[in-house]
Amino acid sequence: MSDELYDDLILDHYESPYHRGRLESASCEHTELNPLCGDRVQLQLQIDEERRIQQAYFEGEGCAISQAAASILCEHIEGRTLGEVEAFDARQMLDLLQVRLTATRQRCGLLGFKVLKTLAYAYDGTAGTSA
Amino acid sequence: MENIRSDFPILGRPLADGTPLVYLDSGSSAQKPQVVIDALVECYQTYYANAHRGVYQFGVQIDEALEGARERIAAMLGAAEVEEVVFTSGTTMSINLVAQAWARMVLEEGDEVLVNEMEHHANLVPWQQVVRQTGAVLKHIPLTDDGHLDLDQLQNCLGPRTKLIAVTGMSNVLGTINPIGRLVEAAATVGARVLVDGAQSVPHAAINVQDPAIDFLAFSGHKLYGPSGIGVLYGRRELLEMMDPFLCGGNMISEVGLTESTWADLPAKFEAGTLPVAEAIALGTAVDYVTDIGFEQIGRIERALLVEAQTRLQEIPDLVIHGPDVDHKGAIISFTDPRVHPHDMAELLKRKGVALRAGHHCAMPLHARLGVVATTRVSLAVYNTSADIDVLIEAIHYARKVLRRD
Repeated sequence: MSDELYDDLILDHYESPYHRGRLESASCEHTELNPLCGDRVQLQLQIDEERRIQQAYFEGEGCAISQAAASILCEHIEGRTLGEVEAFDARQMLDLLQVRLTATRQRCGLLGFKVLKTLAYAYDGTAGTSA
Repeated sequence: MENIRSDFPILGRPLADGTPLVYLDSGSSAQKPQVVIDALVECYQTYYANAHRGVYQFGVQIDEALEGARERIAAMLGAAEVEEVVFTSGTTMSINLVAQAWARMVLEEGDEVLVNEMEHHANLVPWQQVVRQTGAVLKHIPLTDDGHLDLDQLQNCLGPRTKLIAVTGMSNVLGTINPIGRLVEAAATVGARVLVDGAQSVPHAAINVQDPAIDFLAFSGHKLYGPSGIGVLYGRRELLEMMDPFLCGGNMISEVGLTESTWADLPAKFEAGTLPVAEAIALGTAVDYVTDIGFEQIGRIERALLVEAQTRLQEIPDLVIHGPDVDHKGAIISFTDPRVHPHDMAELLKRKGVALRAGHHCAMPLHARLGVVATTRVSLAVYNTSADIDVLIEAIHYARKVLRRD
């Protein structure tokens, strides 16, 4: 059955997420909660001297949208520089999901994105930085 | 039952996409019967004025209507005196009023307030705040795995320093009906007071505040088929008399000088400012509505729905229903599905016209105790029908199909 919101991209990432787990060599990590529904997303990034994201991992719990979005985000940002991440906006994040979200569900779809932005702006190059 | 349902105009209106509404979120807020809507409209259209102020015709009329509503509420609660019924904005304000105007005055360092793990944040956070302000201590009655207060632990939680037991009449997540009589007896052995959060229990079952004799009862109008923005604090006269006002301003004074004032008599002492007077009057109409149906009849209808809904939910493989069996709870069922997050469940049920809540339902410590971040909650009211449950069950199967790609 094909669904307008829970389409194959979302469900593929929900069921078989990209880089869900712990990243032992993380340069930085940060967690955000969506207090409304209890969704939680933590991102861990390994960043090199050129400020390029070598690896991105996430952990968390929550609805299919928040977790799939975090997975899609990790896949998207690997290989990009923090400068590119800073220019990456919410519209682009929502476009990556390829489904139309209501205002309430946008909070789920943008939870990982919010974590990423916090990390990108707070990162000062020292290992273990946690915003 | 069809005639009860037809009292609620909103239930007969299809949603924007034409789907019929299946409203299963009454624990959050109940829909309003036409008589309550009419009472609001009648007040604003024909005799509205501020209360307690005017000698003109509407001023007199509105006071009569307001005090008439208070009398009917007092009668419904079994209060000894009408003046023991204070209008507030709702349960939250009622509890905060007791916390700040009674507990803050009474509690001394080392005194104890006894709550428990199932409370709504509105009956937890005000006590956290007041113990912080007074140096008192917050203690918790633990829960059993099936969602009851663990009464075997009650004696260990009580002591000579216990000044208050604050407890919900009915859990807003599990539906658990708490043994208020037992708690009142236990409180009496140590001289503690008892506050009951009646937000969930008052709409579903008859109550008599004198038997078992509780000290404070808080509830909201909007869950009792009444308007939003109005609620009640019942307090025993001797306690209300010893309390200073919580909010200060107009109406709650006796005499005001430039540097000090004296307080009005009950209940005006706690009703500073302009009340939502039309809402208070319409709450009286809501009380008439439920007492006309009768709490026995309401209980019968809701119980039949609860048994049917819980039985059919239990037939769905893997679905976990949290809390007690149907014999020990009111018309609330919270569940989790191991493969469908509550938020996704609510989203997919919405497409079938089913309106319900997913989340922590303002009870985060309870969800921590249950070991889940969120649940999906079905809360039933007197206007629900078997047909609503049919749609719910079908919609859950649909949600599982979509998310599991079966």
